[in-house]
Amino acid sequence: MSVDKDTVRRIAHLARIAIKEEELEPMTGELNTILAWVEQLDEVDTDGVPPMTSVVEATLRQRADEVTDGGYADRVTKNASNRNDGFFAVPKVME
Amino acid sequence: MSDLKELTELTLASARDGLRNKDFTAVELTEAHITAVEEARVLNCFVKETPDKALEMAKASDERIAKGEARDLDGLPIGMKDLFCTDGIETTAGSHILEGFVPQYESTVSQNLWNDGAVLLGKLNLDEFAMGSSNETSFFGNVINPWRRAGDDTPLVPGGSSGGSSSSVAARIALAATGTDTGGSIRQPAAFTGIVGMKPTYGRCSRWGVVAFASSLDQAGPMARTVRDVAIMLKSMASFDPKDSTSVDCAVPDYEKALTGDIKGLKIGIPKEYRVDGMPTEIEKLWQQGIEWLHAAGAKTVDVSLPHTKYALPAYYIVAPAEASSNLARYDGVKFGLREEGDDIQAMYENTRGSGFGAEVKRRVLIGTYVLSAGYYDAYYLKAQQVRTCIAENFRKVFTECDAILTPTTPSAAFGAGEKDNDPLSMYLNDVFTVTGNLAGLPGISIPSGLSSEGLPLGLQVLGKPFDEEQVLRIAGVIEDAAGFDARPQNWWSAK
Repeated sequence: MSVDKDTVRRIAHLARIAIKEEELEPMTGELNTILAWVEQLDEVDTDGVPPMTSVVEATLRQRADEVTDGGYADRVTKNASNRNDGFFAVPKVME
Repeated sequence: MSDLKELTELTLASARDGLRNKDFTAVELTEAHITAVEEARVLNCFVKETPDKALEMAKASDERIAKGEARDLDGLPIGMKDLFCTDGIETTAGSHILEGFVPQYESTVSQNLWNDGAVLLGKLNLDEFAMGSSNETSFFGNVINPWRRAGDDTPLVPGGSSGGSSSSVAARIALAATGTDTGGSIRQPAAFTGIVGMKPTYGRCSRWGVVAFASSLDQAGPMARTVRDVAIMLKSMASFDPKDSTSVDCAVPDYEKALTGDIKGLKIGIPKEYRVDGMPTEIEKLWQQGIEWLHAAGAKTVDVSLPHTKYALPAYYIVAPAEASSNLARYDGVKFGLREEGDDIQAMYENTRGSGFGAEVKRRVLIGTYVLSAGYYDAYYLKAQQVRTCIAENFRKVFTECDAILTPTTPSAAFGAGEKDNDPLSMYLNDVFTVTGNLAGLPGISIPSGLSSEGLPLGLQVLGKPFDEEQVLRIAGVIEDAAGFDARPQNWWSAK
């Protein structure tokens, strides 16, 4: 499978990355090189092989459903470029 | 007190012993390293130096040592890869998008090191979000390898992504450093700079507070100039951490005690699939030399087969970008770091990420987004995870036939800056021998074992069974002794 410029434009939008028109052509070429290379995986017979979900053989731990941390919105929002009274602030999303 | 210069020549272990003998103070040791850091700025190892913090920590260490309360790493100056969040100290992951981010919490691994008394020299440069094999993708500029080819001034790469870590330890401006390894990012730079680097078993060191790249592959580990130093660092870095859901709850052994030098009767696997096409003869020769060293120490070698080896890198380049595209979704201009305004919130996201991410990060996020998108998930991601099962299964089978595996660490010595710029694939091939260990979650170590025809360091890799770091370290110690690697880069970088 290979991608064209329109597909790259669409993927970039899905990934929320602004791409300049002149970047599309080289990016398309690079992605196609990588995609063509990973296609060698098709040579591997994986019928009936389960996909790996965890590299260590462990079941996820359970913990008591209780609050153990928090209560410091000021610290949580400290690195935001725009914050307001313990909230993250973003451009208006509704009229 | 002896000459300050001599203090940067010490190993971590001998510096520890010197402090306890009161041969010098932690402040003296730290001052010597701070001076060395300042003189080596041309190597660009550090994103941020923290000399005031270092001296403050060293003073506290001296007080504890004086009271007879010395901790395992008290007073020992180290560097921290700038992927570990440090409370109150800027953490960038080598990216413009995180420039100015000051974490309000400490990663578990770094906290463990501070709890044991280690001294922070600063935050070390790296490939952006740890994506790279040459430390050429950092927003903060390339790191330069202290090593040069014989009779040639061409700047060489220090490997990546832990390039600031490898370069600083090799240049003797830090006693040791932390690294992270997703596809080889500790072992490959260690090999390129003639130092020791270990990726522990997945789950051994907590990922909490480490900027995430590919969560099912990322693992923190130590980099230092000797196997013993790596063992000392690992004991402090490793812990069970309830804050990391994949952290494994098993006791941390005293790794230094594992270095007995006795590997008599061990069976070491030599995987035939690692003899790749076009492998330089000097790498082949080094591998053969390693086999002979193991024989001389009383170990046996057995030929083993890991038939899916060839598919490890392509599988990695689906799995890692897929996980990265999810992990990096958090950099949206809202919660931390850079924000570039736009006409609406979508445009703000896109502009922020468009100008905040570098070319390699964009490439991988786009690949990851594509392979996870509707209609392609089964063909790419599911297939790659099935191949990953095959690779892990290969190792499980081989470890019924042998105790550990010996391979070269990299297919070449360090290359020149810019030499692989235009070809992502040839850059990716750097990790051909290391990436299998990440896909299967195994512990691996690189030991400096010889020099290339151009006078550059080459490494051998030992891979072990899950949570068998002690055996891996023991074998590494034997190789280190046999190799007697004492070559070092000529100091051309000091400002003075």
